[in-house]
Amino acid sequence: MSRISNKFNQLKREGRKALVTFITAGDPDLPFTERIVPEIAAAGADIIELGVPFSDPMADGPTIQLSSERSLASGTDLASILAAVKNIRKGCDVPILLMGYYNPVFVFGLERFCREASAAGVDGVLLVDLPPEEADELVRCARRSSIDFIPLLTPTSDSSRFAKVKKIGSGFIYYVSVAGVTGARSTVAADIGGMVEMIRATASLPVAVGFGISTPEQAFEVSKLADGVVVGSALVKLFEQFEGEELARKVTEAVRSLKAGIEQVATAN
Amino acid sequence: MQLPDKNGHFGQFGGRYVSETLMPALLELEKAYKKYKNDPEFKAEFAYYLKQYVGRPNPLYFAEKLTKKLGGAKIYLKREDLNHTGAHKINNTIGQGLLAKRMGKMRVIAETGAGQHGVATATIAALMGMECEVFMGAEDIQRQSLNVFRMKLLGATVTSVSSGTATLKDAMNEALRSWVTQVRDTFYVIGTVAGPHPYPMMVRDFQSIIGKESRRQHLKVEGRLPDALVAAVGGGSNALGLFYPFLKDSSVRIIGVEASGYGIPSGRHAAPLCAGAVGVLHGNKTYLLQDHDGQIVHAHSISAGLDYPGVGPEHAWLKESGRAEYVPITDDEALEGFQALTREEGIIPALESAHAIAHVLKLAPTMSKEQTIIVCLSGRGDKDMHTVAQAMNVQL
Repeated sequence: MSRISNKFNQLKREGRKALVTFITAGDPDLPFTERIVPEIAAAGADIIELGVPFSDPMADGPTIQLSSERSLASGTDLASILAAVKNIRKGCDVPILLMGYYNPVFVFGLERFCREASAAGVDGVLLVDLPPEEADELVRCARRSSIDFIPLLTPTSDSSRFAKVKKIGSGFIYYVSVAGVTGARSTVAADIGGMVEMIRATASLPVAVGFGISTPEQAFEVSKLADGVVVGSALVKLFEQFEGEELARKVTEAVRSLKAGIEQVATAN
Repeated sequence: MQLPDKNGHFGQFGGRYVSETLMPALLELEKAYKKYKNDPEFKAEFAYYLKQYVGRPNPLYFAEKLTKKLGGAKIYLKREDLNHTGAHKINNTIGQGLLAKRMGKMRVIAETGAGQHGVATATIAALMGMECEVFMGAEDIQRQSLNVFRMKLLGATVTSVSSGTATLKDAMNEALRSWVTQVRDTFYVIGTVAGPHPYPMMVRDFQSIIGKESRRQHLKVEGRLPDALVAAVGGGSNALGLFYPFLKDSSVRIIGVEASGYGIPSGRHAAPLCAGAVGVLHGNKTYLLQDHDGQIVHAHSISAGLDYPGVGPEHAWLKESGRAEYVPITDDEALEGFQALTREEGIIPALESAHAIAHVLKLAPTMSKEQTIIVCLSGRGDKDMHTVAQAMNVQL
């Protein structure tokens, strides 16, 4: 069983919810990514999503757009991200998934990507512009290399979409809680609970909810409804504001307080 | 076999590479398009507006003076520049506007490069009483200030996009972001034969009026099919509109002209079919300008309408299958084409169309006087006066 599935099973047994954190690989550079991932894991992140930067991030708001630009400006590419994961794996066992857009993976080669990602210690892949209709070949390669293919569902998805996703997904399902782009929002979307219930019932996979969740209070609220909570832009914003030691401190502090927010669920139970 | 297939593929190209949020909207659009495209009432309304509003059929004009000067094949110009709003773009926006109305979506958004598609969308929004927002790169807003003003006069909101390279591709990114946010009540009017399925097919179908008329008109005056078709390719909608009705006529040579900017060796061009590689951008798999890591690289062309790092997937397929050939024309060559048509025929072409003319300057002399070429004059040049003046070092 994959690191991702193991993690969800373990948390379930303990009556806890997963904190999934997103940062862009290579922002501000890859040595910082290698350093910060184990620290984020130690601060309480259960699963780490590393963003693979793309020149045309159509599904992202300004915060992650700028982060991708910083990463690309520092010379990050997919090959160097895989090398960074390999280094991280020397001392850190946190489940890691790569999240991004299809083109860098397509150009790298699907077969080669899955093989090399698996060898580097990547556990899953999530591509925002690859719907089930176009995913067959990558899903085949991912299965051969024991990489989880994490599908997305959204408020516009209906049951016919749930069924498509069930066929290809493993690890967990990422529920995008708003029809929109990534970015912090002041309120979380309504009716997350209803959708999560329906998805769980159809797909029999854990559901993590993301997009627009930035504060420990929001994380707490959402974690009551789902198996995991994804926080991205709120952390990535810190990369815009701070650097070096101060950035590392701010990021781990933020992860710690998000974790504390979610852990209220375990306490409340 | 009829292309695209049911999932929008032209061979390996095309498809639907979009976020899950947009998938239901694309499926809904495909269903609506399939329903209405053969609906007699829809067809009649589309034909009515093309005739009474756009002014179709426009002429297939024999450019006699230019033909004599070049001393080779007879050159016919398909006069899309005479359409209402001055370019071929309106053929498509009328079609999509009528579809949006039937789908109950009274808000339309569009991306634009040169501003021609933005103007064409703003125009039909005014005509059909719809709200309209146009996304345009900040650099293009500078280059095409006249078209920006036209869109505003027509009641559209023009949103400046300064992310990335601040040109057409970034305008399309921003339009897609906006669409995701308001997908339930907004219709995205894509201006070219690119984007996710069903857009490449739908835009081709609406634009194929260019080729249908040309074919009929040429048969009438010449009593036979033309020997060659020439059209400029950015995203490729005027070209595919002309080419599509001739695809099965194997005697007709089909040539798409890409903008090679400062020349392909300079690396500063907009010619993905001539010098790009296969990848995925803006919802479809096609030829792109990209680096080793799949990052999209800056396109360059003097013509804002051709300044795009991708191309419609059906063109990628026509190249791969060998049915069409694609050739490069530089900024300087396009300016020569621009001057040649202006001085020989008294027709000032858009810089996009000037690329096609520039290739005809090379091609016609290599052909015999009995042969014919149809070239798509996709738009008129008024919008480009500032750019051309600048290139000629003239102060306006």
